[in-house]
Amino acid sequence: MSDTATAHNEEEDSHAGLVVENKKLLMWLFLGSDCMFFGTLISTHLIYRKLYPQSYDPLVVFDLELTSFSTFILLMSSFLMALAVSAMHKGQLKSFRRNVLGVIFFGLIFLSCQVYEFAHFTNEGLTLSTNTFGSTFYLMTGTHGVHVAIGIFWLLCLYFYSHTGKMDAHESAIDVEVAGLYWHFVDIVWIVIFTAVYLIEYIPGF
Amino acid sequence: MSHTDTEILPPETTYAGKTLLLKPERSRLGFVRPDHNKSVIIDWITTVDHKKIGLMYGAIALFFLLVGGVEALIIRTQLAIPENDLVSAERYNQLFTMHGTTMIFLAIMPLNAAFFNFLVPLQIGARDVAFPRINSFSLWGFVAGAIVINFGWLLQALEVMGLLEAAGATAGHTDFVPAMGWFGYAPLTHTDFTGAGTDFWIMGLQILGIASLSAAMNFIVTIVNMRAPGMKMMRMPVFTWMTLIVSLLIVFAFPAITVALGQLMFDRCFGTNFFVVAGGGQPILWQHLFWIFGHPEVYILVLPAMGIISETLPAFSKKPLFGYSIVVFSGAVIGFLGFAVWSHHMFTTGLGKVATAAFSLLTMAIAVPTGVKIFNWVGTLWGGRVRFSAPMIFSLGFVWMFMIGGFSGIMHSSAPANAQQQDSYFVIAHFHYIAIGGIFLAVVAGIYFWLPKMIGKMWKGNLSTWVAIFSVVGLNVTFFPMHFLGLLGMPRRTHTYLAGFGWETYNLVCTIGAYILAFGVLLLLIDIVRCFRSGEPAGDDPWDARTLEWATSSPPKVYNFARTPIIAARDALWEHKYGPESRRITYEDDHGHGIHMPSQSWMPFVASAGFIPLGLGVSLMQAGIPYMGYVAIFGLLVISLGIILWAIEGPGGYHLHPDEDAT
Repeated sequence: MSDTATAHNEEEDSHAGLVVENKKLLMWLFLGSDCMFFGTLISTHLIYRKLYPQSYDPLVVFDLELTSFSTFILLMSSFLMALAVSAMHKGQLKSFRRNVLGVIFFGLIFLSCQVYEFAHFTNEGLTLSTNTFGSTFYLMTGTHGVHVAIGIFWLLCLYFYSHTGKMDAHESAIDVEVAGLYWHFVDIVWIVIFTAVYLIEYIPGF
Repeated sequence: MSHTDTEILPPETTYAGKTLLLKPERSRLGFVRPDHNKSVIIDWITTVDHKKIGLMYGAIALFFLLVGGVEALIIRTQLAIPENDLVSAERYNQLFTMHGTTMIFLAIMPLNAAFFNFLVPLQIGARDVAFPRINSFSLWGFVAGAIVINFGWLLQALEVMGLLEAAGATAGHTDFVPAMGWFGYAPLTHTDFTGAGTDFWIMGLQILGIASLSAAMNFIVTIVNMRAPGMKMMRMPVFTWMTLIVSLLIVFAFPAITVALGQLMFDRCFGTNFFVVAGGGQPILWQHLFWIFGHPEVYILVLPAMGIISETLPAFSKKPLFGYSIVVFSGAVIGFLGFAVWSHHMFTTGLGKVATAAFSLLTMAIAVPTGVKIFNWVGTLWGGRVRFSAPMIFSLGFVWMFMIGGFSGIMHSSAPANAQQQDSYFVIAHFHYIAIGGIFLAVVAGIYFWLPKMIGKMWKGNLSTWVAIFSVVGLNVTFFPMHFLGLLGMPRRTHTYLAGFGWETYNLVCTIGAYILAFGVLLLLIDIVRCFRSGEPAGDDPWDARTLEWATSSPPKVYNFARTPIIAARDALWEHKYGPESRRITYEDDHGHGIHMPSQSWMPFVASAGFIPLGLGVSLMQAGIPYMGYVAIFGLLVISLGIILWAIEGPGGYHLHPDEDAT
């Protein structure tokens, strides 16, 4: 999946820069931007949480066991992603496919948990428009869910692409690595959300 | 490419074990890539050439400069006399909102992008930007966003003609053009107060943000990775440095507005409470999020202007830029501090003493690197052999006018003074001195400086002097009296005023000035058209300039440099012309396999086109027009399809053999 053009052939140019490949640097920049993106969403949530401490008690709806489980699943998917990247670097296509399917499967479990959680919260009476907690919570975790869904779609594309015979360690390792960077980032963001949105509610007086 | 002798090799040619692609690559989907298309329109739509993309950015931005200018003229005409009724209050709100939005997002930013695109790869000796197709996507995304934002004018015209009511589609509100000011303060943006205009504004800005972000990331990768050998960071032209800093600002500042606009869209479409007081939301949150983006945005607009000036002043003083490293460093400090001063837009909201004092101090601090730059420009002029060519006249105008805007800016940084000036015409005077006296004059200097390089034709005659006279006189006559109007208490965004406050004369003078300025802009356009139609061939280096872009032909050939230049000094071309042997530009050996060119592509255009149904669909869905949700989903599908096909088709490419007069 060569998704962007580099204007130069590798062997024909020598550049002053080029410490990090173009595609990888682009992904790092995107992730830097995405950090600010999630930073804004999470701060909005924390600000409103601090402003209205008594307005809503999320412990009524939170189910820490379920969320811990899905957090663990997402963490493990990151582990499989690392294995997939490593397999691609070695040119082991079969191992790559197995691991990527694992990542996709785990990602889908995470998404299912989130769908269940949203449905459960809505049934308990917390909707987008109930209060500011509902607004910030759903928009933030929903945005993260969309990131996971895009990641799953991306990995599915890579998986199917690996069957066309056009993938090899030399050409495609960088594409898989960039997808991996994205996936790890989405995972790390969830760790922050899990801490700053879920766990924080269990600390008395905080 | 007409005067380029592109020799196509015989099809069997191989090099280093790889077959060279000579014809446009057949994509993996079986489509032939639109390279060398006979149709000029298809060629420009699908182009991945940074020079063509830059020219299109420039042309579209100049068009929107005219649109925003006409809006400004209507505003000034309305205010020429007290109790004027040229436009209604509602229409007036739409005009000033769209004037600000258009000028910032559709005129200045793309004008800067035009220079980034055209110049940066040439200045660093690269073949193209790092991701040519993303570059094309940025351009067409910008066009899509511009269409979505301005779409309301069409509906408003239909509404005025009574055609919309016949279709039963007004759904409560009858305003279709954004009318809440360019910073869209809550709660004015709530559905209780504004109609579909706000939705067009939200979706349009969101699309423009995506286009800007992708362009900015592209430029950072280009500047970091694609420099020619020997083009070390501290040898780069200052304009390229400013491009790098501005791109970093965009990458880190735009997410805040993306989130804020997303929250606002959810408030309007799905009933969330982010900025809705009744639901517990805080309108002030919008102000914070907006200005966390909005203040870096100010530097996103002005730093490229500083970059242009840092190129023209040395070229026309025949001296190196005084204190190159400190100018670069000051630019970086301005960019960094730009993130730490947003609340000076909000002093009157009652932030508390500590926050007010901190933001006040930081705002004053940002004047230091700006002042350093001004002194460096003066130092560049000092003792130089100054030539008063057109770019130089505008550059000197920039230094002078920008300083006036800077002075009133420092006045704002003092919180007590700020409380007096808040929302008065004093603020209007301040930022128009920055926007027109600063950015506009610098951009005109850039146009006069680089257009001969861009199109290979030289300016005719002395019309530029008249452009300079009319625009500098016009802007001063327009905006200097606004300082007094502000201090006399005239509030901004007021559609009319009563006689007797002492505002009449000043307002009339401002209006006359606006027409003088407009005449100057008209002369500029005439001059540009004359240059296109009947300019003499410019030659590679008409100004005896300093940087690498002047070392290639005018206009540059599609591959920029026939062989990769090797840079040995800052001000590469100047050293090449007048410096010692050791600092000349040399060129890499010819590898014998030509220059690898990326193939053109439809996909960026397709993906960006999907933004139009997406943006319009969401906006009109909120306005209550049936089936618009499906239009939005259709737009999303087009975007996804474009991106997937884009990924599958691959970069493609072919090889060109330039003729060897290569310098």
